[in-house]
Amino acid sequence: MHEEIIRLVNVSKSYDGQQVLQNINLGIGRNEFVTLLGPSGCGKTTTLRIIGGFEMADSGDVIFEGKKINNLPPYKRNLNTVFQKYALFTHMNVYENIAFGLRIKKMDKEEIDKKVKEVLNLVNLRGYEKREINSLSGGQQQRIAIARALVNEPQVLLLDEPLGALDLKLRKDMQLELKRIQQRLGITFIYVTHDQEEALTMSDTIVVMKDGKIQQIGTPQDIYNEPVNAFVADFIGESNIIDGVMVEDYYVEFAGRGFKCVDKGFLPNEEVDVVIRPEDIKLVPVEEGMLEGVVESVIFKGVHYEMIINGNGLRWMVHSTMMEPENTRVGMQITPHDIHIMKKVKTE
Amino acid sequence: MKKHLMAYPYALWMLIFTIIPLALILVYSVITIDDAGIHFTLDHFRRVFEPIYLAVFWRSIKIATISTIICLILGYPMAMILASKNLSKKSILVVLFVIPMWMNFLARTYAWMTLLERNGLIATIIGYFGIQLPSLLYTENTVILGMVYNFLPFMVLPVYSVLVKIDKAVLEAAEDLGATPFIVFRRVIFPLSLPGVSSGIIMVFMPALTTFVISRLLGGAHFTLIGNLIEQQFLTTMDWGFGSALSVVLMLIIILSMGFAMRYEKENQGGGLW
Repeated sequence: MHEEIIRLVNVSKSYDGQQVLQNINLGIGRNEFVTLLGPSGCGKTTTLRIIGGFEMADSGDVIFEGKKINNLPPYKRNLNTVFQKYALFTHMNVYENIAFGLRIKKMDKEEIDKKVKEVLNLVNLRGYEKREINSLSGGQQQRIAIARALVNEPQVLLLDEPLGALDLKLRKDMQLELKRIQQRLGITFIYVTHDQEEALTMSDTIVVMKDGKIQQIGTPQDIYNEPVNAFVADFIGESNIIDGVMVEDYYVEFAGRGFKCVDKGFLPNEEVDVVIRPEDIKLVPVEEGMLEGVVESVIFKGVHYEMIINGNGLRWMVHSTMMEPENTRVGMQITPHDIHIMKKVKTE
Repeated sequence: MKKHLMAYPYALWMLIFTIIPLALILVYSVITIDDAGIHFTLDHFRRVFEPIYLAVFWRSIKIATISTIICLILGYPMAMILASKNLSKKSILVVLFVIPMWMNFLARTYAWMTLLERNGLIATIIGYFGIQLPSLLYTENTVILGMVYNFLPFMVLPVYSVLVKIDKAVLEAAEDLGATPFIVFRRVIFPLSLPGVSSGIIMVFMPALTTFVISRLLGGAHFTLIGNLIEQQFLTTMDWGFGSALSVVLMLIIILSMGFAMRYEKENQGGGLW
C-alpha cells in the first residue's frame, strides 16, 4: 500500500445551510491515482477545492504530510491544480503561462527555459512556446494547463474534470496520456470526474460519492465487481436492480423464484437489492432458462446489442454480442457468482 | 427589405450633424473673408502656435492629464470593490454610484461652487476652528477637483465592466501557482483589465481636455482652457477662422492620444466599452 500523503478527517461543509459534505474521511497515498467519482452535486469538486485551499471546511481537518493545513492559503500549499476550463492566462503566451509559477519562485532564466522545454515535451507540444493561448485548440489548451501545473513539480496534482470539454476520441487519448504522465513522474493525482468509464480506466483507487458522503472506496475492480450498494452498482456501469428477499445464507428469492448465490450474513428474509450486470445475463433457449421473457427492444451499441427483455412485468437489460429479434421468447440464465446482493439503502 | 437600407437614416444623421459641420470647420480654418472675397490662408494656424495660445494648450493638456491620473488612482480601487462584492450588496453600490449621474451636470458643479465659495459651507466650518482659508474657488486645483468629481464614473464603469468579466478560476490558478494576492493583482488582474483602463482614460481625458463649463464655473472668468478659448472665438470675438483652427488642432491632439490608448485594446482583444 502507498505511504499516506493527504488525509481528510471528518471534513464537513455547507453552503447557505445546505450540507454539501458530511464527515468525509479519506486517506490518499503517495504516487496514487485517486478518482473522486459521482454525479454532479455529490461534493466531489468541493472536496478537491478544500484540498487545494480554495474553500475552507466548516469542520474537520486537512492533513498534508502529517501537518494540518486547514488555514493555509493556496499559494502556500505544495500542490497544483488543473482547472475544469483550463483557466489559462490569455494575456500571456504559452511560455509565460508555464513559466508563471517558476518566475514567482525566482528561478533563474536558464533553469526556467530548461524546465519549460522539458514539460512541453512531456505533454507533446514541443515548439509551442511562442504561441498565443487563443490560437490553440481545446486539447492543446488542456495540455498547456497540465504543463503549467506539472512544471512546478508538485507532490500532488489536483484535476477538476479536466477532460470534460473535449470530444470523445481526444478524451480517450488524454486519459491514457494522463495515466502515462502520472506513472512516469510518480506523483499523486487526485482526479474529479462524473464519467465512470474515465474513472475505471485511469484510477488506482476510486472514491464514489453521493450527496456529500463517500459511498465506497476501492480499486476499479472492487468497485465494479463488488459494489457496496445499488447506487454504486448503478452508477458504475449499467445494472439491473431488482427487489429481492434473502431467505437464508446463499439463497435469495427474486422475480418469483429462488436462486443460489454467493452472499451471506443477512437477516433471515431480509429485503435486499439484487444487482445483476447486463452482460452477466446469458440468453438461452426458453426451456433451458431460469427465467423467461419476450424481447421488447434491441439497440445496436457497436460491440454488443442492448436488449430489453420483459419477463412477467420485470424489465431486464441484457448485453450480448448475439442478437435476438424483437418479440422472440427467450430464456435467461444467471450464474450464482453474478448475483450481487446489497443491503437496501434507506432513502432519506 | 435589404438590411443596409436601415442604415440610411443613421447615415443621413451623421452627414448632417457630423460630417458637414466637420467639413465646415476644416474649411473655415483655412480661409479668410474680406471685401475682396474668400482667400486661402494659413494665418489661423500660425496664430495657434503663438506662445500665448500654446500656453493655453499646455495648461489644458496638463490639467486633463492630472485629472485623468487622479480618476484612475481613485477609480480603479473603486471598480475593484464594486467587482468583488457579492451580488446583493453590489447592486446597491452600483446604484449609489450612478445616482449622482442622474442629476444635471451644471447643478452638480454649481453645488461645488456654493460649497467652496468664500462664505460657503466648507470655509464656514473650518472658520469655526479659527483657521482662515485662502480662496477655495477659482484655482487650478478647484478645476481639477471639478473634473475628477464629474468624470470619475467614466473611469470606474469601464474598468468595472472588464473586472467583473475576469474568470475567477484564472485568479485561483494564479494563486495555485504560488502567487500572493499582490502578485495575482500585478501579473494577472491588472494586465487583464487594461482594455477597461484605456477606455476609462479616453472617456475621462477627452471631456477633461475639451470642457469649458467646469473651468468657467470653478476656475473663474479669467481661467482659460482650450475649450474656453474656442468658445470665445465663436461667441465673443466672432473670429470663426481662428476658432476653427483651434478646434482642428484640438481634434488632432485627441485623435493622437486616442490612438495611443487604443493600442492596448488591439493587443488584448475586446473587453472595454469601445
